[in-house]
Amino acid sequence: MPLDLDLKKLRFGTELLKRGFAKMQKGGVIMDVTNAKQAAIAEEAGAVAVMALERVPADIRTEGGVARMADPLKIAEIIDTVSIPVMAKARIGHFVEAQALQTLGVDMIDESEVLTPADPFYHIDKRKFEVPFVCGARNLGEAVRRIFEGAAMIRTKGEAGTGNVIEAVRHQRLINQAIADLKKLDDAALNRLADTYAISYCNLLGDVRSPGKDAEKINGGEYVFEGGRLSDICEGLVDVVIEIKELSRLPVVNFAAGGLATPADAALMMQLGCDGVFVGSGIFKSENPKERGIAIVEATTNFDDPSVIAEVSKGLGDAMKGLEISEIPADQRLQERGW
Amino acid sequence: MSVKVGVLAVQGAVQEHFDILRKALSSLEISGSPIGVRKLEDFQKVSALIIPGGESTTISKLLQKNSLFDPVRERAEEGMPIMGTCAGCILMAMEGDQAVAKTDTQLLSLMDMAVIRNAFGRQRESFEADLDIFGFDDTFRGVFIRAPAISRLWGGCSALSTFEDNTVMARQGARFALAFHPELSGDTRIHEMFLEQI
Repeated sequence: MPLDLDLKKLRFGTELLKRGFAKMQKGGVIMDVTNAKQAAIAEEAGAVAVMALERVPADIRTEGGVARMADPLKIAEIIDTVSIPVMAKARIGHFVEAQALQTLGVDMIDESEVLTPADPFYHIDKRKFEVPFVCGARNLGEAVRRIFEGAAMIRTKGEAGTGNVIEAVRHQRLINQAIADLKKLDDAALNRLADTYAISYCNLLGDVRSPGKDAEKINGGEYVFEGGRLSDICEGLVDVVIEIKELSRLPVVNFAAGGLATPADAALMMQLGCDGVFVGSGIFKSENPKERGIAIVEATTNFDDPSVIAEVSKGLGDAMKGLEISEIPADQRLQERGW
Repeated sequence: MSVKVGVLAVQGAVQEHFDILRKALSSLEISGSPIGVRKLEDFQKVSALIIPGGESTTISKLLQKNSLFDPVRERAEEGMPIMGTCAGCILMAMEGDQAVAKTDTQLLSLMDMAVIRNAFGRQRESFEADLDIFGFDDTFRGVFIRAPAISRLWGGCSALSTFEDNTVMARQGARFALAFHPELSGDTRIHEMFLEQI
């Protein structure tokens, strides 16, 4: 059967291809753009990819309303304009937006808390897609769950649209410390940790059976997520946790995102162990987007060379104004979305 | 004498080449280690250079910003073994296609060949396939990620592997260009072949 032979010879959408794509982005800067003109500027500035979206997070914050996947027409325009990869955001749990983005030819999908979440119980089952996903995480538990669901890249959530790097630093430090702690755990303790991480998958059943109470009474044989029993989820999570212990890092690429606005912010996140950076509102909400973009690209590559950081930071004009995190009401913090 | 093998480390999959180089060095019983090349002083320490996968537009710009573009060309002239994979394959070429021209990507022009960027399509069209490579007894697992293809070869450049009418691996003296990622499939044979050029 020639068809069988061909299928054996050629394989698409494998884990190796998804994680491999993310690896090619390492040491690079991925920039948010809202139209083809900005995308061209980002490419000229040296971005490794662009994130196509309707409004940058800073505007989503000011304008309010429900934030959704960008207009496919706009995404197609951006795809036609640049030769670097184009990423786009889908709402948390909105697998149909993700299917549409995959069809459009988007190279990576960001299941993003910057958009309004679409599902209160679940994130997208990313294993079902051929294109890779990046997902936000505030801590190791979130990162492990997203990797289990098939994410090929993890980024800090930070607090998008603020121009304030403190939350991205918080999330990266929490992940780093949790990995350091995890290395001291034996197999039994790793299993218990995975069990804790699995509880969030029981929220739907918990709400149905005992509204308002914790979901801890679900037993291991019950189906909780995408045809998976709770015991399967625990096993899947423990595999990820063991891999993290062996590698002393996440098994997928780990980028920084959420509030980065300057070359020094990018270098700070790189020195904290990130593999690359996303800059959202920080570039096109600043006075000189192209110059700032170039400077952030150079700072990301030369993150451990203070003389380069000092040099490229000179005379860039005003950065985006930014927001103090404590001034944002808790229910308007984007990082609280998802689990 | 311990040999230092450089991996250009301005952007892209650097660590993956380190890992496979270490395995290849030990299987050839060569005393040596991979080092990242980001500045001229790093480059002066190495006996060979790998230009990894990443984004060719970005890598080309940073090669120039970090004052490595001309030194790499000069050392290549002197015979230094250089291997470019994926984005690195594009940079090795003499000629690019429209996508390369449009982005004003400066090529190192180290091999007599022309390349097409993203020749097989976007990420959704990325694939794995078994390749026949000249001089290898068994096939090699090729990992193609938004991969380029070598569309034409001339002069001293010859094809080592083709896939569906595209050249995906070429050689010119001690210089190699690969459209795929030999650092991702866990097979050390290509890196061993490269190390034997030192």
